Amino acid sequence: MKISQKESLVRAIPVLMFLLLCAPSAFAHPQKGEAVGFLTGFRHPISGLDHVLAMVAVGLWGAQLGSPAVWLLPVAFPMVMALGGMLGLMGVPIPCNEYGIALSAILLGAAVMFEAKPPLGVAAALVGSFAIFHGHAHGTELPPGQSALLYSVGFVIATGSLHALGIGIGSMHRWAWGQKALRVAGGLVAMGGVFFMWKAVA
Amino acid sequence: MNNGARCRLPLYAFVGFASMMWTTPAKAHLNSTGMGPFYDGLVHFLLSPEDIIPVLALALLAGLRGARHGRRALFVLPIAWFVGALDGLSSVPANAHPFLAAAWFLLLGGLVAADANLSLRTMTAIAMLLGLYHGYLNGTGMGQSLSVMVILVGLVCGVFVLIALTAAFVVRLDASWTRIAVRVSGSWIAASGLLMLGWAVRGGGSA
Repeated sequence: MKISQKESLVRAIPVLMFLLLCAPSAFAHPQKGEAVGFLTGFRHPISGLDHVLAMVAVGLWGAQLGSPAVWLLPVAFPMVMALGGMLGLMGVPIPCNEYGIALSAILLGAAVMFEAKPPLGVAAALVGSFAIFHGHAHGTELPPGQSALLYSVGFVIATGSLHALGIGIGSMHRWAWGQKALRVAGGLVAMGGVFFMWKAVA
Repeated sequence: MNNGARCRLPLYAFVGFASMMWTTPAKAHLNSTGMGPFYDGLVHFLLSPEDIIPVLALALLAGLRGARHGRRALFVLPIAWFVGALDGLSSVPANAHPFLAAAWFLLLGGLVAADANLSLRTMTAIAMLLGLYHGYLNGTGMGQSLSVMVILVGLVCGVFVLIALTAAFVVRLDASWTRIAVRVSGSWIAASGLLMLGWAVRGGGSA
């Protein structure tokens, strides 16, 4: 860039700033409450590390197991989690919920660490049963006064995105070094689970 | 840039700046001015997730079943929507029942997730019921103004365009993973329906 152009740019900045200060509101925002519902729902599953670890581990494990588990597990988890959320919303109690969440991170992390390859039905049942605990915890914590539809859609999209993240990371399984890295990641998830179990017991 | 143009640059800048200082509101935003009845109807549909998501799910379902089902849904749904809205015009304003809204999500999302092998007759019946129900709900809130028919046309055009684009897109998907992605999106819609059902039972939260 030539010097003269640089100088012009420097002179233009105050003008631009002045124009920005004069900008009126765009009236382009969604209705009050609606975006709050979606964003609150979207933030909920990603706001707790215990949930994030388990959901990413589901994606990692699915990637290790390959087709059809790679898509069946991430379908099973949000569906059953939503069922757990529904039970939580309805006030149906599930005992030892926090232990179940911590145990899910431990076992799913261990499954990734040891590259466990059970039959598809067993893997889906294991993932589904843990999803109940996660969904129930979310369901009982839901804030009042939100848009049910937008909250639910945001909640499910965030959950699915976490699985997709796990599957994306798990795609390194095709390389030898990637397989080792995934097993290390599984170990870290299991350690996280142990930490959350210790917190739940303490 | 030659010298003449460079000399005129400050003048151009001044004129441009002065023009910007005297700008008037563009009045281009829907919520300050409205865009006319046709676009009011169109935008009403596009800004209503409780209407869009079931239509999207039906389009995914029809697309998974092939071009014949897609074509049937493409024409049955907007016509039923229009008829339902006409019926709703003479009724008192009503909101979607939270259980029914959740049930539509569950049914359509579940059918997409299962890649259900529906007959053409069943697809037609589902499209008709969906159109009549949502059209009726749309119609009840429109009042009796002269422009209501134009609003309805805009709304139905929105339904038509969404189902046409989505179903056509899905019909053309060949790779197995793309069909799986469509089924996964169906499972997400069904999962949202389950949560909405919980909200409906608990009470609180609007559909």
